[in-house]
Amino acid sequence: MAHAAPLIAPRATLAAELKQLLGANLLAHDFAADEDSITVDRTAIAVVMIALRDNLEYQQLMEIAGVDYPDRAERFEVVYHLLSVTRNHRLRVRVSTDEATPVPSIVPVWPVAGWLEREVFDMYGVLFAGNPDLRRILTDYGFQGHPQRKDFPLTGYIELRYSEEDKRVVYEPVKLAQDFRNFDFLSPWEGADYVLPGDEKAGGTGEAPGKGAPTPMTAKDVKASDDNAKASPPPTPKTTDSPAQTGAGASVNKAASKTSRDGAKSKVATKQAKTPATTKAEKAPAKPRAPRKPKTGGDA
Amino acid sequence: MTDTPTIRHHGGDMFEGYPVDTANTAGDQAVTNYTINFGPQHPAAHGVLRLVLELDGEIIERVDPHVGLLHRGTEKLIEYKTYLQALPYFDRLDYCSPLGMEHSYVLAIEKLLDLEVPARAQYLRTMFAELTRICNHMLNIGSHVMDVGAMTPNLWVFELREDCLNFFERASGARMHSAYFRPGGVHQDVPEKLLVDIGEWVETRLPKLFGDAMSLVIDNRIFKQRNVDIATVSKEDALAWGFSGPMIRGSGIAWDLRKSQPYDAYAAMEFDIPVGTRGDCYDRFMVRVEEVYQSAKIIKQCLRDMPTGPIASLDRKVVPPKRGEMKQSMESLIHHFKLYTEGFHVPAGEVYVATESPKGEFGVYLVSDGTNKPYRCKIRPTAFSHLQAMDMMSKGHMLADTTAIIGAIDVVFGECDR
Repeated sequence: MAHAAPLIAPRATLAAELKQLLGANLLAHDFAADEDSITVDRTAIAVVMIALRDNLEYQQLMEIAGVDYPDRAERFEVVYHLLSVTRNHRLRVRVSTDEATPVPSIVPVWPVAGWLEREVFDMYGVLFAGNPDLRRILTDYGFQGHPQRKDFPLTGYIELRYSEEDKRVVYEPVKLAQDFRNFDFLSPWEGADYVLPGDEKAGGTGEAPGKGAPTPMTAKDVKASDDNAKASPPPTPKTTDSPAQTGAGASVNKAASKTSRDGAKSKVATKQAKTPATTKAEKAPAKPRAPRKPKTGGDA
Repeated sequence: MTDTPTIRHHGGDMFEGYPVDTANTAGDQAVTNYTINFGPQHPAAHGVLRLVLELDGEIIERVDPHVGLLHRGTEKLIEYKTYLQALPYFDRLDYCSPLGMEHSYVLAIEKLLDLEVPARAQYLRTMFAELTRICNHMLNIGSHVMDVGAMTPNLWVFELREDCLNFFERASGARMHSAYFRPGGVHQDVPEKLLVDIGEWVETRLPKLFGDAMSLVIDNRIFKQRNVDIATVSKEDALAWGFSGPMIRGSGIAWDLRKSQPYDAYAAMEFDIPVGTRGDCYDRFMVRVEEVYQSAKIIKQCLRDMPTGPIASLDRKVVPPKRGEMKQSMESLIHHFKLYTEGFHVPAGEVYVATESPKGEFGVYLVSDGTNKPYRCKIRPTAFSHLQAMDMMSKGHMLADTTAIIGAIDVVFGECDR
């Protein structure tokens, strides 16, 4: 482990204990980036939390976070972060839900869950059944929508300002002088699942947008070069991890630095390599240049 | 059912959605409970806090804190920024301890990247995190004291806070919004003279001035009357309400993430965890006072043990090269350009990294989808949980005690509302 983030000793027997304690309510358990996380059945969340608090000594609920994955069937994930101060361990508990299905509230288990659930409700619109006070918490009085959803625009829908005519704060639809610029850094060779402008005719759906740029080569040439490339895979890419490998500070290429006489030999070689067409062009007599006309400055 | 006798619905009268008691109690002169607004603009609210207080005479029956008046959508904004561009938002969360916020964030990124941080950078971060703790406690101790009526100590400890801010400025160029901690290390090395000056300050000026200021307060009769036995929180309550930092230590639980889950150079540091005995406002205050001395101890150890060497990881795919290098090497120029336009890509995964910020556990839950922008960055503020317990803590106390309770929570709304 190289990083300097907080060190938490793994609980070796945790997986077995969880399996025994939660039984069928435990849907998945994974250990990634030195952190334990479990996915549990949504309907049993309160029971699971009581079991974790009373049997596995997770005394504190530190955080409830919502995450929005619009592509999933149940788009929201509610993520609980538990902390054990006696065993010095953290556990992440996930349940998933959608816009309509409420998650059972765990306020009876931890009173601190009250506001944390309110925040998830405010930001994502996840409902918590049994929360005694499920009001909005962070957004404005009378706010509409759930701003942390991925389909909610960054700018929001309304803006407010003080109106001198009305002598009060007025709400208006957002008007932007300039669109929000969001650059796409996905490489078209790796992750992008769209067709680049101009590639529509290549017939690709994004997976294989043709063979690249237009080329004067015939289909035969393309195939031959493709086969060639397949036959001999590219060499290991040259890496420059240390300054020495960049060539910085190394003595310069001696052959290249020599000009005139010593370079004459190679000059001859290049001449021979020239195609007949170019030689012909060179031999062709140059068109005599038209005599230069004297400058006339307008009608002056 | 029986624990809420104060909210009576006899008359059924409602005021702003809150029930108002209009029924007579047997034998006594009936005093109607009334509701008042404390804030949102109140000097003792430490920001834009609106408390809707239901009072029975001067006794608090119910508190409903309305937060979110400083909500700026930081988490949403972070989703549209690269990892490095999102860093300065953390300075602006808790603007009294900016480096404490940055610390959690950079550690979360490093954990996802599994990036090694050079020893000097770890020591620098530890030292500046502790300096931030002193800086934060100076503000809180001073304003807490002023909330309950004393003026002088506040002015004295603000001198020390100003010193801290000057140190930050000399290290990073900015007094408050330093953006000094970066993924992989720190932004730039500190001048030798700065370390000397910090060492001198910790040795002489801090203990003298802070000791003087505290000698006016900690045994002061009025200060004790205002704080001792106010808002007592038991260990069980502290755990159930998600307390952390000085709040949980004030209740007598020796829980400190710097000790139990050490990060950066804290594993090598020697310091004590002060705990309270009664769990009241005075204990929380005294825990902070003692933490200042412990932080000074850590700073001295950092200065003593700090090695020389690089101040940030040499992984050029994460940490941009310095300007001097760019003048010499084409590759550095390319790295610099790529890192400041596209930024670095973080492998997919999720981490929850919490550090002991001056106010308690400040956590960052970072979900990455493998691109150069966080998919989700949930910030776990310290004050959010503490403020929720306002109702539990102030029930049955006098109206004037609210200021002491808020002062002892140490709430800053930039962080609470995000």
